[in-house]
Amino acid sequence: MSGTFEGMPAFPKAAHEAVGNQTLRGNLRHATHTIRAKRAKAVAEVSDWAVLREAGKRIKDHTLRHLDQYLEQLEESVTAAGGTVHWAADADEANRIVARLVKETGESEVVKVKSMATQEIGLNEALEAEGIRAYETDLAELIVQLGKDRPSHILVPAIHRNRGEIRDIFEREMSEWGRPAPEGLTDTPAELAEAARLHLREKFLRAKVGISGANFMVAETGTLVVVESEGNGRMCLTLPETLISVVGIEKIVPTWRDLEVFLQTLPRSSTAERMNPYTSMWTGTTDGDGPQNFHLVLLDNGRTDTLADEVGRQALRCIRCSACLNVCPVYERAGGHAYGSVYPGPIGAILSPQLRGTASEIDASLPYASSLCGACYEVCPVAIDIPEVLVHLRERVVEGGQVVREGNKVVLQPAKGHAAERAAMRAARWAFTHPGALRTGQRLASRTRRLHPRTLPGPGKAWSGSRDLPAVPAEPFRDWWQRTNGGKGGAK
Amino acid sequence: MLGRVRRALADVPHDETPYEEAVPREYLREHGERSVEETVDLLAENLADYRAVVHRCTSGELAAQIGRLLTARGSKTVLVPPGADAQWLAGTDAERVPDRAESTPHELDQVDSVVTGCAVAVAETGTIVLDGSPDQGRRRITLVPDHHICVVRVPEQVVSSVPQALERLDPARPLTWISGPSATSDIELDRVEGVHGPRTLEVVLVSDQPSADVNS
Repeated sequence: MSGTFEGMPAFPKAAHEAVGNQTLRGNLRHATHTIRAKRAKAVAEVSDWAVLREAGKRIKDHTLRHLDQYLEQLEESVTAAGGTVHWAADADEANRIVARLVKETGESEVVKVKSMATQEIGLNEALEAEGIRAYETDLAELIVQLGKDRPSHILVPAIHRNRGEIRDIFEREMSEWGRPAPEGLTDTPAELAEAARLHLREKFLRAKVGISGANFMVAETGTLVVVESEGNGRMCLTLPETLISVVGIEKIVPTWRDLEVFLQTLPRSSTAERMNPYTSMWTGTTDGDGPQNFHLVLLDNGRTDTLADEVGRQALRCIRCSACLNVCPVYERAGGHAYGSVYPGPIGAILSPQLRGTASEIDASLPYASSLCGACYEVCPVAIDIPEVLVHLRERVVEGGQVVREGNKVVLQPAKGHAAERAAMRAARWAFTHPGALRTGQRLASRTRRLHPRTLPGPGKAWSGSRDLPAVPAEPFRDWWQRTNGGKGGAK
Repeated sequence: MLGRVRRALADVPHDETPYEEAVPREYLREHGERSVEETVDLLAENLADYRAVVHRCTSGELAAQIGRLLTARGSKTVLVPPGADAQWLAGTDAERVPDRAESTPHELDQVDSVVTGCAVAVAETGTIVLDGSPDQGRRRITLVPDHHICVVRVPEQVVSSVPQALERLDPARPLTWISGPSATSDIELDRVEGVHGPRTLEVVLVSDQPSADVNS
């Protein structure tokens, strides 16, 4: 993944700062609660939701299991339909390919549809370094780009901004990038949307190169699908002469028919709509309609490494709906920036450490950015067991072990900073295998219980800062059992 | 990359189950049982729920209906796809602008309204789908003008559900699924209509027979 977020503090520190920000907490609370109720209603309308969810999971699992075949099939069908397929092993390679393709058109600006894959590889920054200006056209991406900010949500990257802040950003920054904000702009959402329409119109109409991602790629037909709301996607996908789509290899579905599952589950899970306003589907190029040059850049960037993990590979089923973010109590309070990745929230906590590895402080801390309450698993339309993967990744961080990085098997060392935890586990293992010592220790603990501190000293202090220590009983359980003969006869 | 994929899957046991059997498809082909009329009613209801303006008329009334909509809008120019039914614009004086390959996006931006047909309409989701057929034209003509009138022949172009719509569509054609006018959820995760696509979407449901329960 890109270096955009590297050097971020670990999740606990970033989250600690974020929860102190009252505006941020208010904005997030308002937005996530609005969407939660609406999603529940949209899902309840569909009586076969559980069956659709299971079908979605099976389709994705089957695809991942035969990913090599479907990638080959996709390349053939896209090529047969007039497109050109490129393969990128990592972010740098993908950025080089896109920059070269843009330069070959002779253009120095591009319009972009919101795309997680291009965020992930840091495409805008890479193009900037090559003298190419990339204009984000999704409203929330525009707010982030104008505000020189970072995305904090998969679907609504500017979710951390309220209408007043958005108005201020538009008024201050739009003139730097093109048409200034209308005079007397207020903070009503309709006026803000109108300001974005006016600002971007000229860019759409003159654009020669569009860059997108895709929600789905159909191996059988070579069809790409982009699901959106505003029409900026349609603008970028149909008005330019050249279209470049950068798509993660896990976005494949085998057949045309598979779309009938995801086109029902994705809109309801993400924006809580029966159907999003616009969905575009295109297969290669069409004479006289839309871009006459189409390039598909297939992106690995850590996905095959993730695929090699027997437990963690289920994260590749993700269709980026963001229902897990909207329902997560940790995300609601900490916000998206604390996760230090373009993929925040529960899915980010299992995706980022797998795509990037757990070498950095932030990535090693992400599997812990959860209370394991399981709400994310409950709402996931492809049934990713996020808590299971979180626990699996915690184990990997603490214990180390064999993983695949950049296609090579490597052995991870146990992470630093978990020494006390490991020592405690070793001590517990010893005590539980030495019954005599355990009995003596328990009796001693019971007799001295009035002297026990309420908080732990030293490294345990942080743990007991937000938790009560368990009270030690007056008599160990095993002593009580022996004395009362298992509690028979009602003895106390 | 394919090598990396194969190495990553080395632990997975070989499985040659054909795809048709690998994924159970026990989900519904449509939700609920409805008569043909009820399906058309549901389409109208769901289109309106997402702020499309729905009108109903018979084929004999269509020209007058479209004429009224263009007049009410104050449209002086109207874009038409090459295979548009000549009858559609028989009731308007607005200047016809043909959909030509050499038109620039800037020229399209000067046009007031566009009138097209559709390939299929989905009742459960309130969606119309365009596939670039001669009565629908290039994708951009329903995108750049701010006012789109879409003619749907009922009941023959209406299906209940997304699965039924996909069965009718040809993936080789460029497809645009439209559910209401352009909108966004990007400000505080609440839906606001009207961003880059047409801000007014009017759908005319046309039937050959006069309908017993005309809603509008």
